[in-house]
Amino acid sequence: MAQLTMIQAITDALKTEMKNDENVLVFGEDVGNNGGVFRATEGLQKEFGEDRVFDTPLAESGIGGLAIGLALQGYRPVPEIQFFGFVFEVMDSISGQMARMRFRSGGSLTSPVTIRSPFGGGVHTPEMHADSLEGLMAAQPGLKVVIPSTPYDAKGLLISSIRDNDPVIFLEHMKLYRSFRQEVPEEEYTIPLGKADVKREGKDLTIIAYGAMVQESIKAAEQLEKENYSVEVVDLRTIQPLDIETIIASVEKTGRAMVVQEAQKQAGIAASVVAEITDRAILSLEAPVLRVTAPDSIFPFSQAEEVWLPNAKDILETAKKVLTF
Amino acid sequence: MAAKKSQQFDAVETLNAIEEKFEMVQILNEEGEIVNKEADPKLSDEELTELMNRMVYTRILDQRSISLNRQGRLGFYAPTAGQEASQLASHFALSKEDFILPGYRDVPQLIWHGWPLHQAFLFSRGHFMGNQMPEGLNILPPQIIIGAQIVQAAGVALGMQKRKKEAVAVTYTGDGGSSQGDFYEGLNFAGAFRAPAIFIVQNNQYAISTPRELQTSAKTIAQKAVAAGIPGVLVDGMDPLAVYAVTREARERAVKGDGPTLIETLCYRYGPHTMAGDDPTRYRTSDIDSEWEKKDPLVRFRKYLEAKGIWDEAKENEVIDKAKEEIKAAIKKADGAPKQKVSDLLELMYEEVPFNVQEQLDIYKAKESK
Repeated sequence: MAQLTMIQAITDALKTEMKNDENVLVFGEDVGNNGGVFRATEGLQKEFGEDRVFDTPLAESGIGGLAIGLALQGYRPVPEIQFFGFVFEVMDSISGQMARMRFRSGGSLTSPVTIRSPFGGGVHTPEMHADSLEGLMAAQPGLKVVIPSTPYDAKGLLISSIRDNDPVIFLEHMKLYRSFRQEVPEEEYTIPLGKADVKREGKDLTIIAYGAMVQESIKAAEQLEKENYSVEVVDLRTIQPLDIETIIASVEKTGRAMVVQEAQKQAGIAASVVAEITDRAILSLEAPVLRVTAPDSIFPFSQAEEVWLPNAKDILETAKKVLTF
Repeated sequence: MAAKKSQQFDAVETLNAIEEKFEMVQILNEEGEIVNKEADPKLSDEELTELMNRMVYTRILDQRSISLNRQGRLGFYAPTAGQEASQLASHFALSKEDFILPGYRDVPQLIWHGWPLHQAFLFSRGHFMGNQMPEGLNILPPQIIIGAQIVQAAGVALGMQKRKKEAVAVTYTGDGGSSQGDFYEGLNFAGAFRAPAIFIVQNNQYAISTPRELQTSAKTIAQKAVAAGIPGVLVDGMDPLAVYAVTREARERAVKGDGPTLIETLCYRYGPHTMAGDDPTRYRTSDIDSEWEKKDPLVRFRKYLEAKGIWDEAKENEVIDKAKEEIKAAIKKADGAPKQKVSDLLELMYEEVPFNVQEQLDIYKAKESK
């Protein structure tokens, strides 16, 4: 088994599915010869040819429309939106069109598109590059939204996303691309969409997180371990649809929960998770369910990023409030 | 008005020269006479009669749809009278393998491509079964977002090119649609890929109430093709032969691998934008209406066919009766569709029903069984 970074695992998943299914097409801005600005599509054009891996003109809405049209011709498009901050340019193709293709055609047409896109802060990008906009996507019925937190998960989840017959938004946190390596099997494997993963078991508190915040939560949990608290970390992996079963089972076990997201607090995924917990497990709770999020400002200019982004220390502080309530 | 020539650079001159090049193609004039013999597509008598059949049928369908809407028996409806040549003669140049990505006014082309009439009525009524496309029917339901279909057409066309199909993607929009960013992106993408697409802009002079002059400083919409590096044609959209001829040529170019074409059809809608309260007298005068009525596609085509001795009143009445009968039957069939339930809609969200939707599905199924 190879030790891969998340970006390598993503390339591996793309390669695997391009080999498995000749209908899989990879396209976007600079994904061909250049292999993508993060090199996620490195070597793919050379291996699979310009017919299946190609650069498009620079226009996100065009890329979205292209994906819908190619899907109507039986292809399984995997377009890249170069940075997820550019998603506003393609919102109609995503939310207005592909999310409702199955619905508005009474099930006679589908949009089996997987949109891959880097997102998330902490790497000092220019503005409009790093925003956590997953909430926008999760609010749109008809889409699935997947966010891996490890190289192993990234490969299995991306393969599942490409094989899924509904549109999937696959968001890759930029800080995780090369932050650590993990053993990733060379053979193909899938991880079901809509299933959370208990990344760390514990008895006293459940921390629910996704994306880069999973690693921060694990760091906080390790610190708390030293203080004799046993903390469970649940990685959502798919934020739409949520894996309610895993969340509730964990909360019922620990009796205390908190939710961590890198996105701003307002109208977020964390709020949805809190609501699901209070709807379904309020009698199991020993304490209020608190949230750790970024503040409700626009994503900051890069000098303020470190302070603005939630981190293990913030998680630790909030965890103590929940644990000692 | 042409821009003034600049002193030092030829940019203005270049623009003026390009704009002057876009002359309207006409083959059949308002009197039903061939004015451009060389361009005559030379359709057979059977083909000419069939095209007339379709235009007459569609005019009746429009009249009946408006009246059904007024009776509350149809929902959303965008009138089509005046645009028969633009819609049906362009469609007449297509084959069943071609894929149509329509705007909301383009129901007639979909019907002649094979969309069952009762399904078009169900679509109008907001019933999902209207859009359940029969296997092998190459159409999308009418698009509501102006311009969204144009970028999708580039994708369908690219897919056809990759599949090595001898087919084209054809998309329709209006003069207003040509102002959308997606219009330019679609043309530019299809051009960059040399994909087999035809972009038809039915310039019916008004985007709801906004006149064509307010959409763009460009003298024609057809010239917008130049920026994308693809051919553009301006055609008399009230002339069935001209619309057919330019569409056929665009199709031939596309299937040969020579890329997409933009066609601007100059036409007019006699009716309101839709039946949902638009009042054209707020933005058009009756003088303008009657000026365009003189150009009517059915009138000139009727004259042409009558002069050829292949059309008469009896033939026309036959089509009218057939249309009325089929419309009646289709409405009856649409009436027979099961009542749309929220549970039907929830089941259409994903291939496999996820947990959150399943919970709601159970609630609605219980409500609906009461």
